[in-house]
Order: sequence, then structure tokens, then C-alpha cells
Amino acid sequence: MSKVHVSTTVNGDPVEFLAAPGMTLLDALRDELDLTGTKEGCGSGDCGACSVIVDGRLVCSCLVLAPEAEGRRVETIEGMAQGGRLHPLQQKFLEHAALQCGFCTPGLLMAAKALLDSNPEPTETEARYWLAGNLCRCTGYDKVIRAVMDAAGELRQERTA
Amino acid sequence: MAHVVAGSECWPYTGGASEFDVDAATVRELITALDQRFPGLGDFVDRRMAFAIDGEIHQDAWFSPIGPQSQVWLIPKIGGG
Amino acid sequence: MSETLEKPAVLPALTVVGTRPIRPDGADKVTGRAAYGADFTMPGQLVGKILRSPHAHARIVSIDTSKARAVPGVKAVVTGADFPDLASEVHEGGESASNLRDLANNVIARGKALYEGHAIAAVAATRAEAADEALARIKVTYEVLPHVTDVLEAMSPSAPVLHDHLFTEGLEARPEKPSNVAKRHRLARGDVAAALQAAEVVVERRYTTQAVHQGYLEPHACVAAWGQDGRCDVWSSSQGQFMVRTYCAKILGLEIADIRVTPAEIGGGFGGKTTVYLEPLALALSRQAGHPVKMVMSREEVFRATGPTSGGVIEVKLGAARDGRITAAQVEMSFQAGAFPGSPVGAATMTSLACYDIENFLVTGWDVVTNTPKVAAYRAPGAPIAAFAVESAVDELAQTLGLDPMDIRERNAVVDGTKASYGPVYQNIGYRETLAAARESEHWKAPLGPNQGRGLAVGFWFNIGGESTAAVHIAEDGSALVVSGNPDIGGSRASMAMMAAEVLGLPIERVRPIVADTASIGYSMLTGGSRTTFATGMAVVQAAEKVVQTLRERAAKLWETTVEQVEWKGAQAVCLDPAKADKKPLTLEALAAQAGRTGGPISAQVSLNAQGAGPGFGVHICDVEVDRETGQVSVVRYTAAQDVGRAIHPSYVEGQVQGGVAQGVGWALNEAYIFDGDGRMENPGFLDYRMPVASDLPMIDAVLVEVPNPRHPFGAKGVGEVPIVPPLAAVANAVSRAIGVRMADLPLSPPAVLAALDDAAA
Repeated sequence: MSKVHVSTTVNGDPVEFLAAPGMTLLDALRDELDLTGTKEGCGSGDCGACSVIVDGRLVCSCLVLAPEAEGRRVETIEGMAQGGRLHPLQQKFLEHAALQCGFCTPGLLMAAKALLDSNPEPTETEARYWLAGNLCRCTGYDKVIRAVMDAAGELRQERTA
Repeated sequence: MAHVVAGSECWPYTGGASEFDVDAATVRELITALDQRFPGLGDFVDRRMAFAIDGEIHQDAWFSPIGPQSQVWLIPKIGGG
Repeated sequence: MSETLEKPAVLPALTVVGTRPIRPDGADKVTGRAAYGADFTMPGQLVGKILRSPHAHARIVSIDTSKARAVPGVKAVVTGADFPDLASEVHEGGESASNLRDLANNVIARGKALYEGHAIAAVAATRAEAADEALARIKVTYEVLPHVTDVLEAMSPSAPVLHDHLFTEGLEARPEKPSNVAKRHRLARGDVAAALQAAEVVVERRYTTQAVHQGYLEPHACVAAWGQDGRCDVWSSSQGQFMVRTYCAKILGLEIADIRVTPAEIGGGFGGKTTVYLEPLALALSRQAGHPVKMVMSREEVFRATGPTSGGVIEVKLGAARDGRITAAQVEMSFQAGAFPGSPVGAATMTSLACYDIENFLVTGWDVVTNTPKVAAYRAPGAPIAAFAVESAVDELAQTLGLDPMDIRERNAVVDGTKASYGPVYQNIGYRETLAAARESEHWKAPLGPNQGRGLAVGFWFNIGGESTAAVHIAEDGSALVVSGNPDIGGSRASMAMMAAEVLGLPIERVRPIVADTASIGYSMLTGGSRTTFATGMAVVQAAEKVVQTLRERAAKLWETTVEQVEWKGAQAVCLDPAKADKKPLTLEALAAQAGRTGGPISAQVSLNAQGAGPGFGVHICDVEVDRETGQVSVVRYTAAQDVGRAIHPSYVEGQVQGGVAQGVGWALNEAYIFDGDGRMENPGFLDYRMPVASDLPMIDAVLVEVPNPRHPFGAKGVGEVPIVPPLAAVANAVSRAIGVRMADLPLSPPAVLAALDDAAA
């Protein structure tokens, strides 16, 4: 089978690539577009390390076929910091030491961003259940949740300011 | 004379003896003395055992000092994860 | 030989150590820039893949690779025949003694497939599809043999024998026939049989645990290039680039200095990456192909073919007086080693009673091979399994005697001067203080709700020192580099920078830590055994002190005075010479700028073999709530107290505690390898191998107790492994108390809890 030509937008930039029939969006990001910030932890949609946002919706990019990105808006970890300034979530993760090995961090940040985009004032329980699709083996989630709640507060302040 | 306590791993070499006094001022001297007394024990201990000298664990350290009244325990080398 | 130091009442205040700066590599990790094993590429690289045994136990009759080599794009195919035969050599270079021949045979099978997933052959091709096709065209003829996965079955005389050269070590007489029992470990004191007879109360029970995986999120990955001149480059995610170098050299028959290993960032290890699986294969393929080869494991491969830790069967018998004094302890443990000898039962034997001062005991440990993946180290290897059984038994004893579980721990607690169960006399330990901190916590006093139970458990780990090298370089503008050879798996880069900054007197922002490759820094033992902050930190501090000495000497030269008259304070040289009162202090920047003219670059490297690592103790309190209809167990509150010596960066120390707790909770409640009748793993994925997620856990209260370790310049002690030791029993004790049934078999999954509830009702 021949490859499929895909045109899409990643982190605001128009990109195009050729996708082999079975290629996932994860593979396309990492291998065709050299965006290796998104990670493969399991390849079966169970760990969340490959989380990206497509047309505003949080997805596991290992479960999305690359051609499905055609004409859509894809956001990855590489686009989270804007103009050299870290997103409040990224900053709070650092301040709260919410990462150790850092492998799950890009996926967690994407998932947390999707959470706060849809629910600016989550409770601890809501945050924990939203992030239940992102495995972390290092932190025990304590500092991750604290960072997310703190960032939520900061983002609410920025909006009202 | 340092007082040495050897665990069960060493008994095939010591014939079951688990405590004895050895004249040694460093770990290396101890290994040599052990091998002279119980052939093969020194090499075995050097490769597979750590030394708890007065409670402090020394591992792969030939020149750690042993005092005239020291208690030395031979324990298996310790790893981790 | 060492003096017993008094424990200072208050730790002296320091400027950088003990604060919580943002970690130096943090920005890279939150922006996706940090490069892990699979993120690296070399020009012209090929894709490497592995053919794995579908059988749990089989003789490899023949391997025909001819059709595979003919697939267009395939550049190399290797089998065990392409690797040198190694004499059995016990190698001490990894974390624990490992037989090199076993390691090599685990990397690629020779003669026999010993577990489902065992590597049989490997290929390298220009595209993944070609590699897959090549694997499908390799013809392997197997003679399937009976297999055994259960540890007790493997010990029985009728079990299929994995290795016909394996004769049980550690017995009074060498057995005549080979078996699956590799070794017996034994620790004994006093007369346990008599003491049990005389005891006023005895509790006795058998406990079981299942194999669990370290569960790191990042699958193994590497890129390897074999140069035309035999010089090799490896990019690899591991817990030790020097370990990778040594093992590759030995397995492939190379000179160690001919391999240069660059450490990638590592996405979790926990002991599971203290060995090699892919690197020797990638190098062998690269040699044949003449191109670099990249190999990345799938998650399924990680489960089927990389070390879990042992499942085990443990029998505990405790004898005690009515007042709670334990007078006798008998423990017998059998651990699965997987396909080759080397389970952590030895360490389990040594740690099992380490928190208790008991006059009579007998601890026996059996190392048993099974047709399952060769086990690898997992955070305090062996100790959690032993602690699960012993701490559950002590809890049952407390219940039987009507005693508070905290009281019974204190009554039998080891203190400075106690002879440890594994031999030496304890000194400068913090167990009592940690028990006190747990007892004084809010958690311990809080009331419980309906269907809730509280479990207490304690734990111990040795921590190690070992060989480390560190270098400190001052740049021309006075900024500093700290270079070491230990991969950062928990935030150690931050700690290295902080310790160097403290000694130099610099703010941490001016100190850059680097983790260097094997050609750019002296040898370092791998990251593990809770050794990095202790041993590499010691090297960092000594290197920084040498730099300070050099800076003082340079100032002395410039001021024409002696070095004794120069003090280093606040990152400045200050002149103490009364005859030179006009001399203003010289900043580090000023001295650095003049380094060339005053003698040369300002730099120091220290290599050492750190001894005197102090052991750590943990005391954990766990509250659970049990849903009696579904058997679901929720952890509703958790407090973990631990003696940490001194917390260099408290946030990352807390992180180690919280992470270890989470792993322990998963081990207790849900994680297990499930094998079918053919010895194949049925749940090699994160859906059915169920690790804790954010909604499974509450906040985890980490209480850091600081009893300084006099052997470390800042009093630090290893912290990473202790936290996983108590949780198995803390959770099990909580569930047992919540439902009134002693839970002795892990994991405590909902069906298991329901069955226990049903049995109790019947």
C-alpha cells in the first residue's frame, strides 16, 4: 500500500508528511516531525505518556492514526511554553517537584492543560480522576496534584487580572 | 587481635567455625590471614563478602583499617535497586 | 573502626543544602526537550528487533536464518552462536554479584529457551516492516519441554530441571543431583526451637506474594554503533553507563575502553535498569551490518522479557512473652529467581528481622529457578517481600496479645548498640526517632470511620556506598560545572549542584551539574542502592573542597601571603594576614578570570570508594476503606516516616518516599504476573497489569526524620529504597483489621478480598 499525504497544524505551524498505512499520530510526531517530546510508554492507550490535544480534545496519540490528523489542530508539549515563557502548569510542576524521571511529564502536562481548559476550578478528586489516564511510577502523584491545583489557582488569577 | 564472626556462607571453608580471632590491621591483611588459616576462604570472602567493622559496612575496600580490639562481621555483599 | 558520634540536637543551618530550588534539568523535562533512550538517532541507523521464544521451556534444536537474511533491507541477523562462550564468572561490577555467563545467556539464548519471551535471535533492517518480515522468516525448531513457574513446584523433586549444572549451594553437603534450588541462605542465633517451645504465645502463618514488575514508564531503548576500527558508541537509557560498558565489553569480548557509553535521560529504573538486555545485541548487529542500530522494546517485551522481582512463599513463626517481648522468630522463604539463579532472597534473609532485637531466630532463604523471566533488582530487592510476612506476623501477634502495634515495635526495637540480625552492631541509627515521629503524627491519633482499618508496618534497608568520581570545574567567568557519572533517576543532579554550591559559597544558579559519558568522567558505580547522594555527593564535596583550596592558594600567591592566612567565605577569598590589612577580598569571578596567569585552570576531580553508608528505617501508617460488596480497597490516608540523615533537597527526598509508597501500594493491592498453563504471561500490558493511578491514592504524608550520618559531609544517608519496604504490610494489616480476616496472600485484589469476606461469613 502506498503512503498517505497528511497536512495538519502542529502547535500552530502548518506541517505535512507522508504516513504509512498503519502509522499512528505518535509515530508521525516522533519520527516524521522530530517532535520527540511526546513519549511511547505502552502503545496501547493505557499509560497516557503519548497524550496530545487534537482539536481541543485530549487523546492518546498512539490510538490515533496519523491520517486522522488531516486538517486538524494538534497541540503537543513542545507548544506549551509560549514565547520563551513557561505555562503556569510547567512552572508549578517545577516549583512543586512534581516530576522525578520526567518521562510521564509531557503527557501529564497535556492532560492537565486539557483539564484546566475545560474545568478551571477542579477539586482534588476531579483532578485525580481526570489524570487517572496518566501513569506515573516515580512520584505517587502527590506533588503532581498539588502542582495542578496551584496552577489552576494561578490561571484563575491571570484571567481575572 | 580482631574478633571475626563468619556467617553460614563461610562454614564450608571453616568447617563450621563461626567465630575466631585474627591478627590483621587492614581488610587486605585479614583476607590473607583468613586464607592462610582456611584455604580458599580468603578468595571467597574477597569476592563475595562485605566487612562490617565495628558496625560500619565496608565493601570492596582493602585498606579499611581494623583496630586491635575491632569486631568484624563477614556478611554477604550488598546491592540494591 | 570509628568513634560513636553524638547525634547533634539541631543540624547547623546551611545556605543551599536543605532548601528547595528548582532542579537544574527541570526546564528540559517540562518542555519535552530532554532526550531519553528512544529519542536519539544516528545517521544511517537501522531498526533492530528480537525474535522471542513462544515456549516457557524448550531445547533449541536448530535455527535457520537464511530466509531472513534474504529479505530486502535486512542487513544483519544474529543468534547466540554469534557471541563468545563465557566461562562462568561472577562479576561484581553491577549492583550484586551476577554470573556473567547467565547474563549473556539471558541476553540471547544458547541451547535452551528458558522462559516465554527469551531472546532467540535478532535482526537489523533499514525499515521496521523489513525487520518484522525477517523475524517471521527465521525458522526455529524447538523441542518443547515441561515447564514450571510456581516456586514450590520448582523445588519439588519431580519438577523439570532448568539447568543440569545447578547444584544447591549453602547446604551442609553438596547434593548429588542437580535441581532448581540454586542456593540456601541461613542466619541463626540462639536456640529457636527451645525458645518457641517456651514461649507464652506463638503465631504462625504462611504468606505468599506474586512476581511484580518495576513498572518504569520508559521501555528499554538504545542506539549502538560499532566502528570500523572496533571502537563502539552506545547511547542508552540505563542506571549506569559504566555498567553498560562493562557488560557489553565482557559479553562481546571487547576491551572496556573501546566502548563509549553516553547516558540518555532515563524514564524510571527502580533497579530494573541495572542490567543490559538490548545493548550487546545492538552492538553485535551493528558490527555485522556496518551501520548503527537502534532498538526499542515494546511494552509487551518489557513485561515478557525483562526482570520482574520474585514472587515468594514465606512462613513465619513468632514466639513471644505476654508483655510483647518477641523471644523467638523462625522465617523460611522461597523466592523465584526466574530463568537463572540470583533472586534477592539473600538480602531478604538479612533484612527480615533487622528492625527487631530478638535473642533466638532462624531465617532460611531458598533461591529457586523457574521458567519465568530472570528477575532483576527492584528497589530494596527482597526486603519488601520479607517485611510483608514479618510485619503481618508481628501485627497478628499484637492483635493476639491485645497490644498496640506501635508499642510492640518499640518494645522490640533495635537501638544503637543492638546486634543486628544480620550481624554487625548498630550505630548512629534513627529507628527509635522514626517510630516516635510516626507515633506523634496527627494520622496516628485520628479516628477511623466505618469499614476502615489502620495498618502499621516498619522497614529497613542497608543503603550502600561504593565507587564514585566527580569533578568540579570553574569557568573563566566564575560559573561552575559539577560533572559526575551517575544517571539522574530521582533528582540527584539538583543535590550534586546544591552540595557543590554550598562548599563553593555560590548560589545554585551558578552551578551546572552534568551527567557525563564513560569517556568524559572517571568510573562511577551505577545509580542504585540509594548510593548517589551519599557516595557521589561525597566525591562532589571533596572535589569542591579541593577547588576551594586552589582558590585560596591563588589568592595567597597574589597577596604574597600563606594559604593559612586566606579564608574562603561567601564565594570570596578573605585575607586574614594582619600585615596585609589593605587587601580587599577577591571574588571567585576575579580569581577565575586570572586563573591562567596564576597557575592554570581551576579544576579538581575526586575518585573514591565511599564506605560507611548508614542504613535507613521507615515507619508507615496506612488507613484503608473496604467496600464489602465489591471487595475494592481504597487507601484513604497514608503517612510515611523515615530517617533520612539530612535532606539535601527536601522535595526530592519526599518524592522518593511518596514514590516508594505508591509502588508498595500497587504491589499490595493489584499488581501480579499471571501465567497461563503454558507458562505464558497473560497480562503483559498496563491495562491488566494494574499499577496505581492518581485516583487510587490520597496525598502521601512524608515525615523526614533527620538523624545525621556522621560519614557524609552533610549528614546525608540513602533514602530511595526504604520507602517501598513497609507498604505491603501496612496495607495488608489495614485491610486485615478493616475486615477482621488476616490477609496473607498478595495482591489483595477485589476478588481476593471478597473471598476472604465470604470465608469469614461462612
